[in-house]
Amino acid sequence: MPKITYRQTGGREDVVDVPEGWSLMEAAIQNDIAGIVAECGGGCACATCHVYVDEADLARLSPVSSMEGDMLECTAAERRATSRLSCQIRVSAALDGLRVDIPERQT
Amino acid sequence: MSAAPFVVIGAGQAGLQVCDSLRKLGYAGELVLIGAETSPPYQRPPLSKKFLAGDLEVERLYLRPDSFYAKLDVALHVGREVQRIDREHREIEFTDGHRLAYAKLALTTGARIRPLQCPGVERVDVFYVRTLDDGLRLRARLADVGHVTIVGGGFIGLEVAAMARSLGKEVVLLETLDRLMARAVSPTVSAYFADLHRAHGVELRLACAVRALHDSGSGKLQVSTDHGPDFETGLLVAGIGVVPNAELAIDAGLEGRDGIVVDVHARTADPDIVAAGDCTLHYNGYLARQARLESVQNAVDQAKVAAASMLGQADAYVQVPWFWSDQYDAKLQMAGIGMPFDDCVERGERAGGSFSLFYFRAGRLVGADSINRPVDHMACRKLLAQGTMVVPAEIAREDVDLMQLART
Repeated sequence: MPKITYRQTGGREDVVDVPEGWSLMEAAIQNDIAGIVAECGGGCACATCHVYVDEADLARLSPVSSMEGDMLECTAAERRATSRLSCQIRVSAALDGLRVDIPERQT
Repeated sequence: MSAAPFVVIGAGQAGLQVCDSLRKLGYAGELVLIGAETSPPYQRPPLSKKFLAGDLEVERLYLRPDSFYAKLDVALHVGREVQRIDREHREIEFTDGHRLAYAKLALTTGARIRPLQCPGVERVDVFYVRTLDDGLRLRARLADVGHVTIVGGGFIGLEVAAMARSLGKEVVLLETLDRLMARAVSPTVSAYFADLHRAHGVELRLACAVRALHDSGSGKLQVSTDHGPDFETGLLVAGIGVVPNAELAIDAGLEGRDGIVVDVHARTADPDIVAAGDCTLHYNGYLARQARLESVQNAVDQAKVAAASMLGQADAYVQVPWFWSDQYDAKLQMAGIGMPFDDCVERGERAGGSFSLFYFRAGRLVGADSINRPVDHMACRKLLAQGTMVVPAEIAREDVDLMQLART
């Protein structure tokens, strides 16, 4: 299974094995990763599963849809060029080793 | 003798949130979460949506992993039904006679489906969508039939209709009122969704009630309605609302009408008992009136307030209500309570399937329904929470950035 690393602002890192096909958000919830709220349950409708990816990883991620792009305007923490909604990133073997940073706040 | 635990009856979204919030607020004592269903707390919204498509595993619905309960030291008891609350002795009694003392009690008992009533209903198999078991049963049956009849043109009925069409089923939907989602959205939005469902091939019969049901053999049933010809269907799904589970509270002498009556702090008249979620008829600080809301938002936000009240902190429930529904590619999001309204402006492109209606009452913004316009929805929630005064004509202008407006 692909390994994904979730990094907290305080520096804590959790490395999680994620089944292919799951979203980064689902894997965070099912592994009890703090700081991913996901109040809409993965519908790209609430912007509370915001993460920052590493710039180097942008190329291997699916592009931001227009809906996700709009929702990223509504995040509680600042939007950066590396901002994504973790519910919109599906895990595949190609994402093995991905690291994401969890912002300080989601609401 | 150690102190009695804090006990939460009802292991749904609200019950889980009460436990989570109690720990976050520093409660270190014993905590017991009791669920009548056999699953740990799970998400209900997907049951009428993508879950029916068949590719979502049950465990992906769980709100938290098993390890969460151990980590938070929450004793989760599922498959246990509570029979009564003995307020005098501060104990609850399970249906098996076992008793458990509590120091504080939270009722997050949710709601149950309103059963369909019509001649013949007791002799046929009617499907509903409320519990995980309902969802599993419906999903399995849906795979085996070609024709589906849905009674009820609210969120549940329409979401199931959309899923059934996407699975290639023939779908008839009956609604007793003359428009869809009449309790929740404006006539314009109702009409938009009626067109959408018809365009996707659903046979919509509005202002039409089921008159009788007959078992026509070989697993099929015959449906008679107010108007239109009788027809045969392979599966009947009813989504005609829910009834709050208020009996435990009422039988214990607490006030309950259309829900367990609580104040803006989620407190019942008993200082040791709070309630939150679908089961409450609560004083809503944001709406400045009593309300009963069936939503994830209400469950989560009110549960946070209830947890604070259990610890003697007076947090108040003043959050802006919001809801959502997914039907085909249309994501409908509702902010505030827009009805009734005396003015309404539209933003976006209705023809392009992406627009919002902003509702005003006495010159004040009171809500918005957004279809594939999540930013409008988020901005509206912010504007409502802040009580920002906005001019209708300004909202209608696409060049006005609503998030910007909400931030200033």
